[in-house]
Amino acid sequence: MRNTLAIAWKELRTYFVTPMAYVVISVFLLINGYFFAASVSGSFAEASIRGFLFPASFILLILTPLLTMRLLAEEQKMGTIELLLTAPLRDTEVIMGKFLSSLAIVGAMLALTLWYPVLLFWFGNPDPFPIITGYLGILLVGSAFISVGLFTSSLTSNQIAAAISSFGILLLLWLINAAPQFIKGIPPGIFDYISPSVHFRDFAYGVLDIKALVYYLSFSAIFLFSAIKSLEARRWR
Amino acid sequence: MIEVENLTKYYGDFLAIENVTFQVQKGEILGFLGPNAAGKTTTMRILAGYMPPSSGTAKVAGFDVVEQSLEARKRIGYMPETVPLYTDMTVESYLDFHATIKGLRGKKKQQRIDEVLDICRLGDYYDVIIGKLSKGYRQRVGIAQAIVHEPEVLILDEPTIGIDPKQVVETRQLIKSLGRDRTVILSSHILPEVNMVCERVIIINEGRVVAVDRPENLSAALKGSEQIQMEVRGAIKEIVASLRELKGVQDVTWESAGENNIFTVDCSPGSDLREEIAHLIVGKGWGLINLQTKRMSLEDIFLKLTMKEESEA
Repeated sequence: MRNTLAIAWKELRTYFVTPMAYVVISVFLLINGYFFAASVSGSFAEASIRGFLFPASFILLILTPLLTMRLLAEEQKMGTIELLLTAPLRDTEVIMGKFLSSLAIVGAMLALTLWYPVLLFWFGNPDPFPIITGYLGILLVGSAFISVGLFTSSLTSNQIAAAISSFGILLLLWLINAAPQFIKGIPPGIFDYISPSVHFRDFAYGVLDIKALVYYLSFSAIFLFSAIKSLEARRWR
Repeated sequence: MIEVENLTKYYGDFLAIENVTFQVQKGEILGFLGPNAAGKTTTMRILAGYMPPSSGTAKVAGFDVVEQSLEARKRIGYMPETVPLYTDMTVESYLDFHATIKGLRGKKKQQRIDEVLDICRLGDYYDVIIGKLSKGYRQRVGIAQAIVHEPEVLILDEPTIGIDPKQVVETRQLIKSLGRDRTVILSSHILPEVNMVCERVIIINEGRVVAVDRPENLSAALKGSEQIQMEVRGAIKEIVASLRELKGVQDVTWESAGENNIFTVDCSPGSDLREEIAHLIVGKGWGLINLQTKRMSLEDIFLKLTMKEESEA
């Protein structure tokens, strides 16, 4: 655990000594502010954060690949992976440390939007439950996205390639629930089940479904496990 | 301390090292000598636990580097040839990171970081971003991270490559002092360096070990094929022909140096032909101006061993 935290801490520091964290967080807040303002000031304005949650999940889909692309690709490019893999660390500790560092950035981005609900409570009377589940949901979505990005970053020493491929995987999965419109013969429920966007809807409406919770946790676990195996495979090449 | 047995590594079809076998005793400084692409880095990477061998075994401090990798890695300090460092960290935060992932905690960690900053003479640079350091100082940071957890075994791949001569001297002294209480393996393609720093040398070429011995023994063993060099005035062809007739002479080469010619005679191991040759030359009436045995330097041995390998192949 100490080793995992040491790696997470090191990565976090790198996020903040390079412009990466500042740029990603600023862009996220800027676009979200725009959508939130639109959702609470139009003629159909409602005292909920749904108007911010759905666009935010999509912005995360674009930004997390940029956040995670560096994590392992750069180590491979700079050769620093050689010292990381010859240190007395388990591969799991390396992957989990890097995962936690990105999750902390996503957590910080979301924490900075917490004044949206504060505003809602100040000027209106929102239902608190969808807000809580909404934040939980989007954090789970973020964790799923990070795990995919970490996996693609483990496959290559090229950051751009890592970012584009994780973006591709995420976008395809996000939109795959539309597939039944043109793919016949496969029960549409399957597409709904594998698409992360479908499970997110429940959270946004205040439904805490254990199935959705399990879905996101296993989604993250599968890709983190693949990243660990990919790192392990490096030792056997 | 280190036991390597029949280590073989293929990269695809390419055979990088073949049946490399050697042992290193506790407290020994072992030099790995060989031309580029001889297999030095491959062997060191396997020992450091970066990649497994295709076949064969390697044990460090009693732990198999594949089967008990984590335990072996705890006892090894490693510096790769390219000295890969996180260039956006300061020297101290980098060492702090490495000390932590190598198991040091709390007060002891800080104490040890201060110590290695001191040992590697990085004290004035502790808060400098690594990316701004010169190659020589990066090399010191590389050594510092390798020794921070006081490993029993230190593996240094080309520790003096690409740094200026003054720093080379300092680095060699540093390695020598580090070797006093731990086992060190270093690779180099610079012969005098290995001669100076190491207690034992392994010469490796095209993936195979061609010689293992103390530097002085290596010269002595190859003194077997001792050379005699002499300066003679006379007809080259006749001199060469009659020298070749002598028992124990393996080869004769010559180069002309003005009026006289310099002949180099390769003699078979253990024979001392000086007297016979002198006798022969004087007897035939040629002018013997100078005659001496030529002790082979490590450089000659190295060339001889690696050239021999090539001509066989």
